Amino acid sequence: MSEKNSLPLKERMKILRIHMPEADPAVRSRNFEEVNQGLPEADALTEASRCIECAKPGCVVDCPVGVKVKEVIALICAGDFLAAAAKLREDNSLPAITGRVCPQENQCEGGCIVGKKGQPVAIGNLERFIADYERLSGKLGLPANAPATCKSVAIVGSGPAGLSAAGDLIQKGHRVRVFEALHELGGVLVYGIPEFRLPKSIVRGEVDNLRRMGVEFETNVVVGKSVTLDELMNEEHYDAVFVATGAGLPVFLGVPGEHFNGVYSANEFLTRVNLMRAYQMEEYDEPVYDCRDRDVIVVGGGNTAMDAVRTSRRLGARSATLVYRRSDAEMPARAEEVKHAREEGIEFRMLTNPVEFIGDEKGWLTGARCVRMELGEPDASGRRRPVEVKGSEFVLPANVAIIGVGTTANPLIQSTTPDLATNKWNYIVADENSMRTSKRGVFAGGDIVTGGATVILAMGAGRKAAASIHEFLTAGEW
Amino acid sequence: MYKILDARSVGLNIKQFVIEAPRIARKHQPGQFIILRIHDKGERIPLTIKSSDPQAGTVTIVVQAIGKTTSLLNCLETGDSILDIVGPLGKPSEIENYGTAVILAGSVGTAMALPTAYALKKAGNHVVFIEGSRNKEMVVFEDEVRSSSSETYVMTDDGSYGEQGLVTKKLDELIAAGRKIDFVLAVGPVPMMRAVARITAPLGIKTMVSLNSIMVDGTGMCGGCRVLMGDKSQFACVDGPEFDASKVNFEVLMQRNAMYREKECASLKQFQERWEEQVAELREELAAKESHHV
Ligand SMILES: Cc1cc2nc3c(=O)[nH]c(=O)nc-3n(C[C@H](O)[C@H](O)[C@H](O)COP(=O)(O)OP(=O)(O)OC[C@H]3O[C@@H](n4cnc5c(N)ncnc54)[C@H](O)[C@@H]3O)c2cc1C
Ligand code: FES
Repeated sequence: MSEKNSLPLKERMKILRIHMPEADPAVRSRNFEEVNQGLPEADALTEASRCIECAKPGCVVDCPVGVKVKEVIALICAGDFLAAAAKLREDNSLPAITGRVCPQENQCEGGCIVGKKGQPVAIGNLERFIADYERLSGKLGLPANAPATCKSVAIVGSGPAGLSAAGDLIQKGHRVRVFEALHELGGVLVYGIPEFRLPKSIVRGEVDNLRRMGVEFETNVVVGKSVTLDELMNEEHYDAVFVATGAGLPVFLGVPGEHFNGVYSANEFLTRVNLMRAYQMEEYDEPVYDCRDRDVIVVGGGNTAMDAVRTSRRLGARSATLVYRRSDAEMPARAEEVKHAREEGIEFRMLTNPVEFIGDEKGWLTGARCVRMELGEPDASGRRRPVEVKGSEFVLPANVAIIGVGTTANPLIQSTTPDLATNKWNYIVADENSMRTSKRGVFAGGDIVTGGATVILAMGAGRKAAASIHEFLTAGEW
Repeated sequence: MYKILDARSVGLNIKQFVIEAPRIARKHQPGQFIILRIHDKGERIPLTIKSSDPQAGTVTIVVQAIGKTTSLLNCLETGDSILDIVGPLGKPSEIENYGTAVILAGSVGTAMALPTAYALKKAGNHVVFIEGSRNKEMVVFEDEVRSSSSETYVMTDDGSYGEQGLVTKKLDELIAAGRKIDFVLAVGPVPMMRAVARITAPLGIKTMVSLNSIMVDGTGMCGGCRVLMGDKSQFACVDGPEFDASKVNFEVLMQRNAMYREKECASLKQFQERWEEQVAELREELAAKESHHV
């Protein structure tokens, strides 16, 4: 029991938010080790005691999956970390991951009353503390599975949506098999988000837990190519399918010169580095353009762009510059990433938009012709629309340019499943609550339904789908 | 893990593997390819499927040792395994009864063209197969080439076998002789495919080329395989690998394929210096995985 917890409210409000210990920027910007070191136990207890246990906790309301934050924090204050972890898991099956990658400032911490006057309770850091404590304690009680139902479910895609659905469905006693196109499991968590933000061992640990619970995994299967949805249902006799294939298709700018050597999509750059470990070039065979002593620019303002620019820095870039057509305030990246990036010497060129890439006669990139932008009237997204400043053109020198402006739906399943309804952007149409698609027995969730979103939303969608699939398998009604 | 049921040398530095991969065998159509990775630290490389046997659950691929990965792969023997194989990827060839179809293939490109040649013949085409290689040692699958086509020409650069000259020389001859050609497929080195396109485009002959751009995932996720078609980008792994030759920007393809040449050379050199060691390490890694699986 923390003594501080018995402090009167007024005293508790005076405690300042505990800083997450971080690796030294000068050192970490040259390696791939995790930046955030995690809160020591004493600090976690102090931080937890900052919670004022308000009657209407905004943190719970603003959590996309409604994690019972207040109760979790109370259990931390009581020193019962494993109970806190169990409470967390009631709503969130991937806490060690979301504790690291959720945009807390727009979610739980954004709703925290303490944050209205000072800094909000560091809910993300506490979540991570609890999840890591549980993992390292080795006392993660894997829940027992219900008796076998003799029903089987195919899950397509092993990102957070697929993994969390698998965990819930196996517990209900169904046979569960996850099909993944790549050779590694985890989706964006392994090929996109870099090691310095989310160590791969954590994702692997989650996968191993699922394996131990009985989930089967088959890698190297591209559904739509290696096998179709209809074949899974009719020939391999799956009673239901959950499509969780993410929004994997990279969007390019469509400006001249994008074919020059040195221009990458963020997906390709990050995949080469994370999944194929190009950062350990001596040991691994995967090549990536040598960033050492080169100028790198990354286009975009989201997490993907931020990950790419910080990765290029770690690969030795002389200058690593983020080019974004709006201003700081509109950047969708997590606040912590922006802070870390600045500390690591990333240059930010806001209100700047590349209009052409230029290269030498051998086809190697030498720079980007950019224009300056200013913010005009708000657009459909509610953000002020960037408009070009006439005559503001200039050239930004670059040997590597990485495009991280977004992704869209991968069409492989949709194009081979004619009775699966899609919207005009080719995302799969699924009911918001039941996650049912237009095709009997087929459910969909995560980025393939919503478009590129967040890990927590994909996780939530996976769990909703699991509940709905269980209902379908039990009642047999569509 | 995917078992190699048969590995044999079929030409100078060219090896053929029959691999157990039931899912791929069941779905393979002419023109499609696989991507494989041979060990945990290996890169993913695309290779075309020469044939498949859905009943036996096997696919046959042909590998020319060029870089490190292909050299290491070609050290594997019957009984060894391949860590990861994914496929079949890409769009199948468009098979129609065009009339007279001419296929031009250079060295290992022959293996890639074979399934399409068979399918075109079966669809009723008069198939003319022009196989080209540098020399006699590199002429591969001649028997199959003959049985897949109605008319066959073998060309070597040095004249050590068949007729002397490039495949395009034979194409020029056929055109000069007034042969009516309705469809052309060219598979091989980029300069060869470009040369074919330059001959057939002015004549308006429908010509497809199978593009070997650098790939990572093969599912449309990275865009690294993009090729320039006119002023539009397309992804070779999902929109191809076959494209209308008259639209392909071959210069950009060559330039992009050269992107990692320096590193590839260094990596090959390092492999050649200690290849025996590396093959032994690979076998050890695979054996460890095998026992882990059981
Ligand atoms: C670089 C990057 C950084 C990000 N950072 C954050 C962050 O900090 N915080 C946050 O909340 N969110 C972040 N996101 C977004 C978040 O990762 C995604 O919203 C989330 O992963 C979506 O989960 P998913 O399960 O829907 O799909 P994915 O994670 O995309 O997984 C889909 C899986 O399906 C597989 N697949 C696709 N097609 C097929 C097929 N036909 N057959 C078989 N398998 C297939 C794919 O290979 C992939 O493994 C980031 C995204 C990126 C790219
Ligand atoms: S290989 Fe990645 S998109 Fe084609």
